[in-house]
Amino acid sequence: MLINPGFAANIRFEEWSEAMKVFRTEFPTAIGQTIYVTVLATVLAFAIGLPLGILLVIGEEDGIRPLPKWFMHLLNIVINLLRSLPFLILMILVFPITRAIVGTIVGTTASIVPLVIAAFPFVARLAESSLREINPNLIEMAQSMGASPWQIVTKVMIPESIPSLISNATIAITTILGYQAMSGILGGGGLGKIAINYGYYRYRTIVMILAVILLIILVQIFQTIGTKLAVKSDKRLRK
Amino acid sequence: MIEIRNLTKTFATNDGSVEALKGINLSIPDGVVYGVIGMSGAGKSTLVRCMNLLEVPTEGQVLYQGTDLAQLSAKELREKRREISMIFQGFHLLMQRTVLSNVCFPLELIGTKKDEAEKRAMELLKMVGLEDKANVYPAQLSGGQQQRVAIARALATEPKVLLCDEATSALDPATTNSILELIRSLQQQLNLTVVVITHQMSVIEKICQYVVILENGAVAEEGPVEEVFSRPKSRAAKKLVYPDESADGGIIVGPGEHFLRVIYNGSESARKPLIAQLARDTGILANIAYASTKSVNERAFGTMILSIKGSQEDADKAMEWMKTVEGIIVEEVNEDVN
Repeated sequence: MLINPGFAANIRFEEWSEAMKVFRTEFPTAIGQTIYVTVLATVLAFAIGLPLGILLVIGEEDGIRPLPKWFMHLLNIVINLLRSLPFLILMILVFPITRAIVGTIVGTTASIVPLVIAAFPFVARLAESSLREINPNLIEMAQSMGASPWQIVTKVMIPESIPSLISNATIAITTILGYQAMSGILGGGGLGKIAINYGYYRYRTIVMILAVILLIILVQIFQTIGTKLAVKSDKRLRK
Repeated sequence: MIEIRNLTKTFATNDGSVEALKGINLSIPDGVVYGVIGMSGAGKSTLVRCMNLLEVPTEGQVLYQGTDLAQLSAKELREKRREISMIFQGFHLLMQRTVLSNVCFPLELIGTKKDEAEKRAMELLKMVGLEDKANVYPAQLSGGQQQRVAIARALATEPKVLLCDEATSALDPATTNSILELIRSLQQQLNLTVVVITHQMSVIEKICQYVVILENGAVAEEGPVEEVFSRPKSRAAKKLVYPDESADGGIIVGPGEHFLRVIYNGSESARKPLIAQLARDTGILANIAYASTKSVNERAFGTMILSIKGSQEDADKAMEWMKTVEGIIVEEVNEDVN
């Protein structure tokens, strides 16, 4: 079979130069949007999820501040329900909420709403598992010294589980980064949108690969920082 | 004064309920070191945990200075608990806080100002000999040092009672001794009431004035340490005081044979040739059926069982003679020591 080598090289060259152009013009904004949405969504997911995680632990029947059984059932059901919805379906389902809060359902900022709603139940479970790692004897010690449930939460449970909470926050932020990329298909911004628009709709494979490589690098950076912080914060490891 | 009235604690388990404490009655006077000893599962930890209501009694009362703890509201109980401090086998320090910050913890709970709390914490650290470790983390300390921090922390709110739940069981013998000495000196300095839970006889011997022996959730014997340990009456007490006698299957009294138990209770007499003198003075020949003595703090402790073949009069005569020897206690064994 005859292939014109010049022609092939030409196409590749054009694809490359187009990709480079996209890389220069659109990627900086996209990277910024991805980080902005991911970090903000993680912070908000923790703002909601951490208190719920605390309730899951302290509200149990033999917890430090037992809550009504129906409430604990309801909390568990809501968290499990939100956790079982596929992210894209959830994104569509919460469009009305997104519109009510942000005023629109497309765009970078709008994608924060479904991200938070998808992530906070996940964060609640992560926080729950971190808080359960605490030696129950420490809680008993605090009780024996007359600590109130609120003091036990703020002075024992949270400070003692900081290293584990940081590790789990790292898991959360990388997962949310993945959701964020997915949101590109339904109007979200950032690297995911570029990968889908160029790679999937317009067959610009190189652009897609570049976007994916950048996502991988971001995950690596988040993970490395998270692991370092977790180790550094753990005073048990000091010798 | 801690008064325990008819205290019963039942735990629900998968195979029915377990009675950990069965109608305990005790009163612990102010300013003493009170020991609670028993085998594993005797209920001693449950008992001490009832004293600050970490365990809620199923029945009966725990009265602290006349107040029934179970009747207090959650808030009142939290306030009372500041007067009844506790230290634990596992120290239970907050691992993400420095030593100083650990000692400040109970003061933080009552809203003491930070600089004031730190000043008090430094004083306490000085008392337990760890002022140079104020800014290190618990993970960097040895077990004995961690327990010292825990003691300093327990004393931060100036409690009147210190409950020690197997506080030395995780420590080696030398460290155990230094911690016990610390507890005793702090007890005298601060006029504390100390309740010591332990399974080790040596701990009771070293610091307690009173002891209660628990067996299967009930009081087997109670009284001043000297009295209980020198003349144990109950089976549980004998098992503790003469652990080896029963381990060997006990002494079986045969016909025409008399057994005398000689108890060395920290006297110098252990160094004297007792049996030879007995033979010389009375002509009665005794054989050592069993002996176990040890030296604690240069004092002799232990028991010896002498077998005397002959009439009851011979045995009585030997007893009479031995009663004149200073520093030992003698009694006839006329039952299975098991």
